Amino acid sequence: MINATVNAGVSDIYKDVILDLYRHPANRKTLADFDAKYREINASCGDDVEVALKFDKNGRIADIGHQGQGCAISQAGVSLATDFVKGKTKEEIMAINDGQGLELLPIPISYGRSKCALLGLKAIKNALK
Amino acid sequence: MNIEKIRADFPVLANNPDLVYLDSAASGLVSRPVIETVNKYFTEYPVNIHRGLYKMSATASELYEQARSKIANFLNASDQEIIFTSGATHSLNLVANITSRDLRPGDNVVLTRYEHHANLVPWQQMAKRFGFSLRFIELNKDTYLVDETSIETVIDKNTKIVSFSLASNALGTIPPTDKIISAAKLVGALVIADAAQAIMHLPIDVKKLGVDFLAFSGHKIYGPRGTGVLFGRKELLEKYEPFFFGGDMIAQVTYEDATWADLPAKFEAGTPNICGLIGLGAAIDYLESIGWEAITAHEREITAYLVEKIQTVATLIGTTSLENRVGSVSFILDGIHTHDTADILDKYNVCVRAGHHCAMPLMRYLNLNGTTRASLGIYSTKTDVDRLIEGIAKVKTVFEK
Repeated sequence: MINATVNAGVSDIYKDVILDLYRHPANRKTLADFDAKYREINASCGDDVEVALKFDKNGRIADIGHQGQGCAISQAGVSLATDFVKGKTKEEIMAINDGQGLELLPIPISYGRSKCALLGLKAIKNALK
Repeated sequence: MNIEKIRADFPVLANNPDLVYLDSAASGLVSRPVIETVNKYFTEYPVNIHRGLYKMSATASELYEQARSKIANFLNASDQEIIFTSGATHSLNLVANITSRDLRPGDNVVLTRYEHHANLVPWQQMAKRFGFSLRFIELNKDTYLVDETSIETVIDKNTKIVSFSLASNALGTIPPTDKIISAAKLVGALVIADAAQAIMHLPIDVKKLGVDFLAFSGHKIYGPRGTGVLFGRKELLEKYEPFFFGGDMIAQVTYEDATWADLPAKFEAGTPNICGLIGLGAAIDYLESIGWEAITAHEREITAYLVEKIQTVATLIGTTSLENRVGSVSFILDGIHTHDTADILDKYNVCVRAGHHCAMPLMRYLNLNGTTRASLGIYSTKTDVDRLIEGIAKVKTVFEK
């Protein structure tokens, strides 16, 4: 039995931070000098993100940028994921699991949207493989 | 047509009075007679067919073959021309595999720009294997309809096969079927129709249509999932070699070789989806009990309403002409991604599909990232459309912040 799921106001469905990051993504830039780069495409919806990253001399992420297009959830997700990995080592990043990736977003992510939410994190991990 | 009575026949609608189901192009809902038929199989004769010499197996076999006759009758074909499959994808892969072997470099296969991946990727793979080329009938990008002038230039003397969808799953548009088929016949090409999206909306007579093969899925006509049909003209099915090998499709087997069973068994290796296919027969009975005249009149009314209303709140992607479309309506909202649209609509219990609809090349061809698609079934109402339109207003409110 499906219930009417939304009683709260319409405007609460997507928190402001998601809409802000959709319109003004964080770390959206190209890196002239990078150590790894990867383009990830979500085959089910066509969302497309390319990340490039640069390590410092201690093997920690010094800079990271992304390009591409997608829905509000994937754009917010890649912004939050690129922020989250700054200063981390390759091993620390590879250890981030999907649950932690979803927790970066401030709203509950449904089964159908988890691929959107995790697209950025997946691209970062694939860049490091 | 009594729409309330029809809606009452679908338990999921009765159990979820607030549900607005506008994704029938993906899968139709399932009526009580179909559910009961499947249930009856499992409770009364849940055994294999064609092999057992006991009474229960004979009952199951008989019902399975009766389902085949119902489908043959539904398409105006003979029983031997109905091959049971797991769906349109299986049917199209099967027909691509058996027909492509005769093709050589220099030959070509013609599709349209509309095609679903299921009627594109198999041909791409066969083209690589056998060295033929693929050509595409173009669309008019303003009207989203087939560019009719391209039919006769794309189909030429080297065209051996023309395979196309009778209705686009992504845009709901209907191509000029007669023109494409006569152009194909003129050069002696085989005609293959992907009826996945047409089967639930339009009566299909394979003889009148003049197709050599036709594929569809059972779940699109309110039947069990994982069921499908490939119609093939008898002379052709007799001529081509089978593609799947194993039990039930053989006449004689030695350690060195095998000969094939008669049609249709020749193309049905292994134990099929017995309960699903018997259920598909019940789905056909259900549709026929309502009748095409009532179904098309009702769907036309709701489609007209949806096409009109959607244009007041969104950009329609597809034709506005009711003559050239079925009740699948694609649209986009300015600055709002289709996945966000569908996700927020779901919060209001409005079920739609978003993305590229398994037609990635078509989306690129039309320069779109994707669309949101609302698609109708026999149980759809104007209230469903109104709820969609209200939901779209809410989606816009979320993004207006």
